[in-house]
Amino acid sequence: MSDTKILTLIEAVTAALDHEMGLDKEIVLMGEDVGKNGGVFRATDGLQQKYGDERVMDTPLAEAMIAGLSVGMAAQGMKPVPEIQFMGFVFPAFNQIATAAARMRNRTRGRLTMPITFRMPYGGGIHAPEHHSESTEALFAHIPGLRVLIPSNPTRAYGLLLASLRSPDPILFLEPKRVYRMVKHEVEMNGVALPLDKCFVDREGDDITLISWGAMMHETLLAADQLAKDGVSVEVIDVATVAPMDMETIFTSVRKTGRCVVVQEAPRAGGLGSEIAAEIAEHELMSLIAPIGRVAGYDTIMPYAKMEMQYMPSVERVVEEAQKVLKYV
Amino acid sequence: MRKSISFEINHLQYLDESAKPANDLPEFAKDTDKLVELYDRMQFLRAMDKRAVGLQRIGKMRTYPAALGQEAVGIGAGLALKDTDVLVPYYRGTGMMLSHGIKPHEILLYWGGDERGADYKDPIAAQDFPVAVPIATQILHAAGVATAIKLRGEKRAVMTEIGEGGTSEGEFYEALNVAGVWNLPFVCIVNNNQWAISVPSENQTKAESYAQKAIAAGMDTLQVDGNDIIAVHDASVKAMEKARNGGGPTLIEAICYRLCDHTTADDASRYHDQKVHDKAWEVEPVKRLEDYLKSLGVLDDKAIEAMAKDNKANVEKEVEMYFDILNNQPQPPEAMFDYLYAEVPEKTKPQREEAIRRGAK
Repeated sequence: MSDTKILTLIEAVTAALDHEMGLDKEIVLMGEDVGKNGGVFRATDGLQQKYGDERVMDTPLAEAMIAGLSVGMAAQGMKPVPEIQFMGFVFPAFNQIATAAARMRNRTRGRLTMPITFRMPYGGGIHAPEHHSESTEALFAHIPGLRVLIPSNPTRAYGLLLASLRSPDPILFLEPKRVYRMVKHEVEMNGVALPLDKCFVDREGDDITLISWGAMMHETLLAADQLAKDGVSVEVIDVATVAPMDMETIFTSVRKTGRCVVVQEAPRAGGLGSEIAAEIAEHELMSLIAPIGRVAGYDTIMPYAKMEMQYMPSVERVVEEAQKVLKYV
Repeated sequence: MRKSISFEINHLQYLDESAKPANDLPEFAKDTDKLVELYDRMQFLRAMDKRAVGLQRIGKMRTYPAALGQEAVGIGAGLALKDTDVLVPYYRGTGMMLSHGIKPHEILLYWGGDERGADYKDPIAAQDFPVAVPIATQILHAAGVATAIKLRGEKRAVMTEIGEGGTSEGEFYEALNVAGVWNLPFVCIVNNNQWAISVPSENQTKAESYAQKAIAAGMDTLQVDGNDIIAVHDASVKAMEKARNGGGPTLIEAICYRLCDHTTADDASRYHDQKVHDKAWEVEPVKRLEDYLKSLGVLDDKAIEAMAKDNKANVEKEVEMYFDILNNQPQPPEAMFDYLYAEVPEKTKPQREEAIRRGAK
């Protein structure tokens, strides 16, 4: 019945927005340059022409305002989808996301809800200027009341964004911009949402579990390929719904393999990898054969374009860390 | 060099400092029943604040922000809201909240440390926001509510309030800017009570007025005597009516004086000038209207005393409801989990079970 389309991640974002806007008149896209320009990455390309300037609104240039307005609109039953042009510029809006959007349902005992999807590109690897490359998902994953979703590929971008647009909870939808046009998937245009609270097991294996999310899934899968050539059976998990996190899928995998490596682009200290490692240590210590491995960005400021790739975790680093963990018998 | 752009700020006052009409009164103020209602409501607010502060002093209330000296701002503006309008209050917004269906015991419950205080039960207040504590965030929420109203083409408007100190926040300017450029049905009351905790107004801005901050946003704006409830109410009614009819946003700077501490956690005697404070008592809003109504022969001391007695009794009823909910119907421990998301996430379910097992404290 439903057709399939070969889409990049950014095209999958557009397709999901288009699909849901056609069904739900309360969805309003808003942000800087999202209208006629279709967004600086073209995520909203063509949508203003199709749905009009009251459903795809160019806003004045002020991130706190974009987020604060969304809170007010959501309280009136609308479903705003604000775009923050780059995650590096989300901080003026942090106040509104943390003190209003994430808390409103709780502080009104369910009277006012916040069905907002804050979309924003994040992460490094496209040689962008300063402030355009950071991975600060952990800052938001720490806020109770907020969901943080990170699709790693076009199929997941389509399904998770649909889930997000249908959720009554406020959601930070982080789009790994390095992957925007990196891969193409044949995506079924069936309007079916993916679950908001489940990890994806992308590859099954018995010897070791590699856990990652976002753009780093690509390095992780390549590392799994390389390890497989040496006869290692690798299980790969895409966390995807990083907050609240689905620990059960991770525990089940670690119970089977007894070894794991967490791979993140963000700085190491206090990142989501730390939380995953702590949870595994707390609940599955007796399943572990080896210490939990971590591959992460360094605890430094993201270097500018010239040194960027020296910072980014590489396939090589993931393989080395996995081999270290595999040495324990 | 030629003059490019100039602007002026108007100031509205109907009852002067000696409670005599300084201008032809607006139509509503010729109805003495209406004036008595305004007086009654200000008296109630003052009685409620007094009781709440007293409760805090004996450990039966948490930090509470009174609105002493600012009753005309809250009540005068708040009563300009129609049932279908939306209120986005700030922490000192008790007067507006009481004027739009929010119950005194709900307000007490919130400041008593119970989230249910913002689950307003009156349908009039069903869309109203809880008080904003982070300064100026509420002005953007109000602009967002106004955006929704405008997109839907409804004849409703939103009112919000902020202290003069709050107008230094970036989010205040961002909200005014969008309200102006989108011509939103939005009315912002600046409660200029002269103090941002301990920082006096002259250290807050070099601008000659707070009203002029809206000029740069292309908004209509004016100053009113915040101790004159007729001026506050008149300006607010007109601004809201204009907003409902597509006439765009208005800022109203209401100039009054904070006769109380910032909150019960503050001690204004550490920083205020007692002489200035005493002088402010001479022009305070409840007395202003009381003197006027007395001069008309509408009220006398006996009638005022009877009203005060009634209001005190009504406050007491609400205090009893507050205690009953707070002490006899406490929230179960799982309440902290149950309203966070539409459904409790798997990851926090064990924590929820633990909270239930450990029980009430």
